[in-house]
Amino acid sequence: MKSKLVAAAFLAATFGIAGTAAAKDTLTLGIGLEPPHLDPTAGAAAAIDEVVYANVFEGLTRIGSDGAVLPALASSWTVSDDGLSYRFTLRDGVAFHDGTSFDSADVLFSLNRAMAEDSTNAQKGLFEPIATVAAPDAKTVVITLKRPTGHFLFNLGWGDAVMVAPESTENNKSAPVGTGPFSFKRWAKGAEISLSRNDAYWGEKAKLSSVSFKIMPDAAASAAALMSGDVDVFPNFGAPELLEQFRADPRFEVMVGTTEGETILSMNHANKALSDIRVRRAISHAIDRQAIIDGAMFGSGTPIGSHFAPHHPAYVDLTGMYPHDPAKAKALLAEAGYANGLKLRLTLPPPSYARRGGEVVAAQLAAVGIQTEIIPVEWAQWLERVFKTTDYDLTIVSHTEPFDIGIYARDKYYFNYTSDRFNKVYADLTEAVEPEKRNALIGEAQKILAEDAVNGFLFELAQNGVWRKGIKGLWANRPVQANDVTGAYWE
Amino acid sequence: MSEPQLLTAVPTRTPFRRRAIRHPGFVLGGAISLLVLLTAILSLFWTPYPVTELNIAAKLRPFSTTYLLGTDHFGRDILSMLMVGAGNSVLVGIVAVGLGVGVGAPLGLLAAMRPGLISEAVMRASDLAFAFPALLTAVMITAIYGPGTVNSIIAIGIFNVPVFARLTRGVSLSIWQMEYVSAARATGVPPLQIALRHMLPNIASPLIVQATIQFALAILAEAGLSYLGLGTQPPQPSWGKMLHEAQTMLYFAPMLAILPGASIAVTVLGLNLLGDGLRDLLDPKLRGGSKRRLSST
Repeated sequence: MKSKLVAAAFLAATFGIAGTAAAKDTLTLGIGLEPPHLDPTAGAAAAIDEVVYANVFEGLTRIGSDGAVLPALASSWTVSDDGLSYRFTLRDGVAFHDGTSFDSADVLFSLNRAMAEDSTNAQKGLFEPIATVAAPDAKTVVITLKRPTGHFLFNLGWGDAVMVAPESTENNKSAPVGTGPFSFKRWAKGAEISLSRNDAYWGEKAKLSSVSFKIMPDAAASAAALMSGDVDVFPNFGAPELLEQFRADPRFEVMVGTTEGETILSMNHANKALSDIRVRRAISHAIDRQAIIDGAMFGSGTPIGSHFAPHHPAYVDLTGMYPHDPAKAKALLAEAGYANGLKLRLTLPPPSYARRGGEVVAAQLAAVGIQTEIIPVEWAQWLERVFKTTDYDLTIVSHTEPFDIGIYARDKYYFNYTSDRFNKVYADLTEAVEPEKRNALIGEAQKILAEDAVNGFLFELAQNGVWRKGIKGLWANRPVQANDVTGAYWE
Repeated sequence: MSEPQLLTAVPTRTPFRRRAIRHPGFVLGGAISLLVLLTAILSLFWTPYPVTELNIAAKLRPFSTTYLLGTDHFGRDILSMLMVGAGNSVLVGIVAVGLGVGVGAPLGLLAAMRPGLISEAVMRASDLAFAFPALLTAVMITAIYGPGTVNSIIAIGIFNVPVFARLTRGVSLSIWQMEYVSAARATGVPPLQIALRHMLPNIASPLIVQATIQFALAILAEAGLSYLGLGTQPPQPSWGKMLHEAQTMLYFAPMLAILPGASIAVTVLGLNLLGDGLRDLLDPKLRGGSKRRLSST
């Protein structure tokens, strides 16, 4: 027994020394959800982009860690004065991981594929303003738009707009081939996706030789994996209650950043009670955002008053429009004819912001006389019942796409909300180019949503990264759904 | 020859109550079970704090005079939640075991009294139900019909049916062959009356013993289902759900997991002790003799 202990100590000591002597050049990241497949141009799941965006696939432009549009496969571009024509100059010496070269023909192929009638792209709206795409020569692409589109360059930086090659698209779901600094190596379903360095990369080569994404849906197991060193980094740790403990642990750093995740209490306007603005306003008054953030998220998150990210320059603080006021909520309900109470279903997807947040919301609604039946569902059921067939009354979900206020202008989106006023403002916004005008319209759009109390606007999800000390060059914020490891290195 | 035996047997029988008090397992098990039952009944009328009201300002409080067992992450009083959780567990146990006895025992009696096709049908159906792992099928049932207390009770109860059907048939078969039953049948007593008056009282002891064991298993199963999110739904507290919620808070609030976990463990232990004690006390072969079944036979 004693000798075993000595041996164990010895082993631990040698490994400890080995660990410090040789600079580590591999990284293991933990992610909560397994992607359904790995083709970002054919699926809405954020988990796809979280693995492949910027690492494996690149677009003409890309989004930087601060949300700015940066050149990627297009080294530069010029925009015509009328804002309708974009001329991109492509980079030299770019090759896909399978060795085929990248040129304007690939851009034509990728964009036409995304715009096609039978396209499976989840964000077809990004490409909708495009009228024509032309390739005057191998290094030049000219995109002509139907109308000026303010955030077109940003749109091209989405994961859904990455460049793919005609030779390899067919297998991108299982074995993605892109132009990025990492190439796909292996996917052990249910466990891990590994990438290795692309030594033929056109730009600055990655410092890490390999990166693996471990799929860990369970928060307690994630914490244990971090403690044991099986996982180096959780870019977005799912259990905010454990952050205090990691803060106190000298082996880790807790990086609190921003995300684009507006966490909202979505309401189905097709429900008779919820189609009444007084009921929706009553619900907005019944909600105590800070209590939800403290109770469900252990203080992690920023209150929001409309569907917009607080760190965005065009953000308008509307959290004061419906202060927590149960008496007022009851009065509004009585006015709407629900003085004797109202019964609604509250469908909750798996993340803790929804399940725990749902319990707090249910208690707050109960306090003003709205009884809720809590229905916990898995993601697949949520997508089917809530998102597709809109068979729900209330749900809690985080909308993590960047700048997604446009969903309120969509026909038949799962809120079943229609407002001519909002549609008008949004239509003006998509055509506006000058920043001041854009910001004014964005502010206007936020106000309409708040005035209409379309949904219960709860809080902006924080990005709670837990990083092993010594790792540098990762993103603390999450301007797009991505875990960009291209600049990561160990110190 | 039979008369002297009867005469000697009677004086060695000590009264049930006196033997029960001297049986430590029975006393301890009974005390625990009674405590859980009384807590469950009390929770229907009174808890220190309302369990569905959240008080986030008072979250994760330690043990104190205001909150005897502290509060959880929503500021709910743990003692109140444990009390309501006890009520939930007892309810599940009573209904699930009731369903098992209510359906299983008549089926078993029928199988014993009607050998042949009916008996075979009942027994093979039981075999079929036994072939599936109970908890897995309970998971399946709640997955199909939706999670919730009622569905989980039904799912657990269904699994008690073959348990009691088999047991009832087993013990009834030997009684069915007894002379007094044959006599009753020969004099034309209707089968239902034979079953109720002559058979049921004689198979009651093993059924009671089995019921306490199944009661404990039902509580465990409900805790398991609630832990998986398929049993009792929020805002109603249950021991299994409390355990699940406490899981990520183990590092800084271990009591949130220890208290419901201990409640489940102690309750199940108590019911098992009670069941073992009852078996010792009710088994006619053991009355007044050695405690061990094997050594007496």
